[in-house]
Amino acid sequence: MSQPKVKMYSLSTCSHCKATKKFLGECTIKYEFIDVDKLEGDERKAIIEDVKKFNPRCSFPTIIIGEKVIVGYKEKEIKEALGME
Amino acid sequence: MTPQELYDRMKKVQEAKGYYFNKDKERTFELLEALITNREKYGYMGCPCRLLSGDKELDRDIFCPCVYSVPDIEAFGSCYCNLYVSKEWNEGKIPHEYVPERRPPEKMPY
Repeated sequence: MSQPKVKMYSLSTCSHCKATKKFLGECTIKYEFIDVDKLEGDERKAIIEDVKKFNPRCSFPTIIIGEKVIVGYKEKEIKEALGME
Repeated sequence: MTPQELYDRMKKVQEAKGYYFNKDKERTFELLEALITNREKYGYMGCPCRLLSGDKELDRDIFCPCVYSVPDIEAFGSCYCNLYVSKEWNEGKIPHEYVPERRPPEKMPY
């Protein structure tokens, strides 16, 4: 079974974001991430609008696994979305 | 300031109020390091787990320890970042639940 696409909006300073990256790495899950705090100007504004589409509260990490949106480092939900449980 | 200096300083102040650093030192020091990074970048120690606006006045509610940490520690035994926690949380006497974002959306300046 192929892995669903995983994309994460994160902050470089956030402990929950770091924990999520670590977890995905340990599970050898391929994922893309954008550290929103590292962006500036128009690019930052545009990405914030993207995050809000998935998570209106714009909190981090916002993780998109296939069609599913998970807000926060919720290991159980992440595993379920990845079909690991 | 080093993370250790920040730790020592805040420990004294916060423990007197009944708030403790997460006993997971790796996590705690990672967050203290992030607070120092934020101060260097923005000029204030804003919450490392929230997107800072860069405007000191707009972010005043999320200067660490943020105004939401008090009700969050009350309700969940931990602040949003798991940096400041209650004694019971550290001792594993209460479950380590995910702390949802309490900051009202209208306070978010983006």
